[in-house]
Amino acid sequence: MIAIIDYGMGNLFSLSQALQRLDHEYVITDDMDTIQQADKLILPGVGAFGDAMEELSKRKLTNLIVEEAIQGKPLLGICLGMQLLFTSSDEHGYYSGLNLLSGQVEKLNMDLPIPHMGWNWLSFRHPHPLFRSLEEGHVYFVHSYHVKATNSEDVIATTDYSEDITAIVARKNVIGMQFHPEKSGQLGMQLLHQFAEGRI
Amino acid sequence: MITKRIIPCLDVKDGRVVKGVSFVGLRDAGDPVELASLYDQTGADELVFLDISASHEGRKTMIDVVRLAASKLTIPFTVGGGIRSVEDMTKILRAGADKVSLNTAAVLNPELIQEGARRFGAQCIVVAIDAKYDAKEDIWFVYTHGGRERTDWNVLDWAKHVVELGAGEILLTSMDQDGQKNGFDLSLVRAVSDAVTVPVIASGGAGSAEDFVEVFTKTKTSAALAASIFHYEEVDIMEVKALLRERGEEVRWISTR
Repeated sequence: MIAIIDYGMGNLFSLSQALQRLDHEYVITDDMDTIQQADKLILPGVGAFGDAMEELSKRKLTNLIVEEAIQGKPLLGICLGMQLLFTSSDEHGYYSGLNLLSGQVEKLNMDLPIPHMGWNWLSFRHPHPLFRSLEEGHVYFVHSYHVKATNSEDVIATTDYSEDITAIVARKNVIGMQFHPEKSGQLGMQLLHQFAEGRI
Repeated sequence: MITKRIIPCLDVKDGRVVKGVSFVGLRDAGDPVELASLYDQTGADELVFLDISASHEGRKTMIDVVRLAASKLTIPFTVGGGIRSVEDMTKILRAGADKVSLNTAAVLNPELIQEGARRFGAQCIVVAIDAKYDAKEDIWFVYTHGGRERTDWNVLDWAKHVVELGAGEILLTSMDQDGQKNGFDLSLVRAVSDAVTVPVIASGGAGSAEDFVEVFTKTKTSAALAASIFHYEEVDIMEVKALLRERGEEVRWISTR
């Protein structure tokens, strides 16, 4: 059972439907026991970093997620959910993140439209057991902030938006995707499936 | 680099696709979700559903359409038409739409953009602008109420203003070119996409694959939208993408059936 963590940040329906199409069992929840009992966790999220951390802490989920991840439970952060895995963000102030991965979240700054919105090419940088069998392709991004990871080996895939944008991160059982796999056609579905199915 | 997006638009009234659709192979040509799924499989990068229902019941039906579309589609979609309040936005987004598009309501009540962006994030808020050129004043004016009413807003000023308020994208329709099938309004699209920092979707006037090449090579637009030429299979999405690729533009390539 995969627990999709529901903390009031964004719509989880498309993600849950994608898991359903892939035939993976899921539950949408903010319940601590359910999260503890789940085999894997997905932390989605759309909106502002600070709000998201506040919503997590209101539900007493901050420490729980960190503990579960440290104990080895597979955790996938999507979009803002990936950014929350990192140390801190300067989105509308300074906010601490879950600090499961080391790095900062910064505003995109380039002479191109922002948000970075649309289909962009996923280039794999480091091999990762979960994604070994996948071919590169386009996935759907929509974000105005991006992750600057401290450890380059945590960056599994990037995309080019006049500079390298962190697209997939992973360290052991903690995974993040800046794009929306549930909105990224067949490749997105494969990526989700690999997380749901794979052993890490 | 990011690809140029091709976006079919479906006009939906009381839960049915209008503007006749003549697709071969569709069981029910009026079913918006079936048509949307077909576009998903044949290379569309994104979809727009425009609800033109006039009745309360029609709008309620739209929520069901959105929910079903969200359960079937693997690409993002925007829903516009008749969204007047944060409550309306909430209903549509909760049903699974990725973005909502505001048009008349944004002009009448610009705070709606701000409120929506704060609640759901700028990336969820598309502002649709219907633009019509006034030759005497040499200005594009913003029109509302389905193009029936002219406002005092200059399109360029309005576009910049909505971005300041938090719009994450602009869906720009040329009323002069709409339905003409002789190309996008390049000067309008160029002016707006040069003036704002967010992505622009060009709409109105597409008649051939060549028209898409033109709007992407001659303006900074991020996406281009069309309706009837796709519905009537006059132009195929992958044919458009093939031509774009030939001319050096990046597109998302998928193998279709």
